[in-house]
Amino acid sequence: MNELVITRHNEMIDPHLSIWGWEIPVYLFLGGLVAGMMIISGYFILTGRTKNTLCSCFRIPVIGIVAISLGMFALFLDLEHKLYVWNLYINFKWQSPMSWGAWILIFIYPILILGILIRIPDEIGQRFPKLLDLSNKLRNKQQFVKLLGALSMIFGGLLGAYTAVLLSAFSARPAWNSPMLWTLFLASGLSSAAALVHLIGKDPAERHMLAKADNGFLIAELIIIILMIIGFVSSSKVHIDAARLILSGPFTAVFWVFVVFIGIIIPFIIQILSVNNKIPHTNVAPILVMIGGLILRFIVVYAGQYSHWSRNVFTGY
Amino acid sequence: MARYAMVIDTTKCVGCMDCVVACKTENNVPEGFNRDWIAYETIGKFPILHMEIRSERCNHCDNPPCVYTCPTGASHISEIGGIVLVDYDKCIGCKACIAACPYDARFIHPDGYATKCTFCEHRVVEGLDPACVATCPTHCMYFGDLEDPNSEVSKLLQSRKYHVLQPETGTKPQIFYLI
Repeated sequence: MNELVITRHNEMIDPHLSIWGWEIPVYLFLGGLVAGMMIISGYFILTGRTKNTLCSCFRIPVIGIVAISLGMFALFLDLEHKLYVWNLYINFKWQSPMSWGAWILIFIYPILILGILIRIPDEIGQRFPKLLDLSNKLRNKQQFVKLLGALSMIFGGLLGAYTAVLLSAFSARPAWNSPMLWTLFLASGLSSAAALVHLIGKDPAERHMLAKADNGFLIAELIIIILMIIGFVSSSKVHIDAARLILSGPFTAVFWVFVVFIGIIIPFIIQILSVNNKIPHTNVAPILVMIGGLILRFIVVYAGQYSHWSRNVFTGY
Repeated sequence: MARYAMVIDTTKCVGCMDCVVACKTENNVPEGFNRDWIAYETIGKFPILHMEIRSERCNHCDNPPCVYTCPTGASHISEIGGIVLVDYDKCIGCKACIAACPYDARFIHPDGYATKCTFCEHRVVEGLDPACVATCPTHCMYFGDLEDPNSEVSKLLQSRKYHVLQPETGTKPQIFYLI
């Protein structure tokens, strides 16, 4: 036997960590969603789709700003010492993923605002003619538009990866401590973003293409999940214990039912049928993909707080 | 520069919790929270069982992940003997340091900032031992400078067997348990 009893019972710490509630998974989901949307938008811009007025790349930045602002608000709600939040922006700590994230989020805003400016919505343009002039001038500067597309992809990638690096950097929590977590969150962010753009898209050809792309992202996500599990179960005891959380532990049912089956496999089958013209495009698949992406963030954040290093260290006898 | 460390003789500790009470009193630790605590660990196979009783707290690591992960620099290594401290006016309460600590030694103070054992820095600068060390009725706790080869803690680590908590995490903890 190896039994450890401690007298400590600190709130949010014991019997297992419970420092992060719904705010962090929601923030990570919205961050991943915006990251994916920026990558897709940047791709559309770089491939010259801005000539098509129906291109979703004009609407993505508007939704992106709303989504990232909601995410940052959720993050703010999670802070325990809220009035001191300004300290984030008078410091940069290169070793701290959270510090990187705070600054990346600052750079996201101007990129999204410029994305809106290259084709402002008609209603706004009619009210503010000078803004319309500026928008037309910016749109005609091809080099600028291309640069914006590239920046959108780069910062989208950084944002998507950061949302996971934030967690994987915590070596004290084995369930987060995987070098593959950022690829999972990036693939999940891309699949959720493709799903959302599919939902709001007005161009049938674009929707068809996004459904195809989404299938690729979903398959990538599934492969990454399998590789992550293999990585965990072939690692140290604490990592094997971490894998058990989703293989035979408290998160097993919810993970396999909601993330893998409802969030990946079912929408994949629906979209395979729709892209092959067996059934019409439906909103069901993209909605399921986004639900799966959100639940994935919840499971990862909660499972990480469950997992810990073995505290049994008494080996001197 | 000094490097403060604590040495705890597990063969003398009886788990009386005087160190816990002393810490709570000295540092005005809020009700329901502890900066230090007692761990009872039993290993072996019946009837051959061994039990270790030890007083635990922040390990004031030489390689502290809580400091590295802090986005504002609130968690820092003090110039006073390498003690790991929190600047409450810089802390935003993001809880990253809590997630980073493999010892779960930190908690959120009801006022919103992260807090933990300070080695009673306010006493140490006056040449006193931390309250837990000063209080221990079995004298199983020692505090001192590891850079000084003649300090009691240095001598104990030279002459006795010891272990640290979770050395595999690579944090280089500065609390040593004599066995």
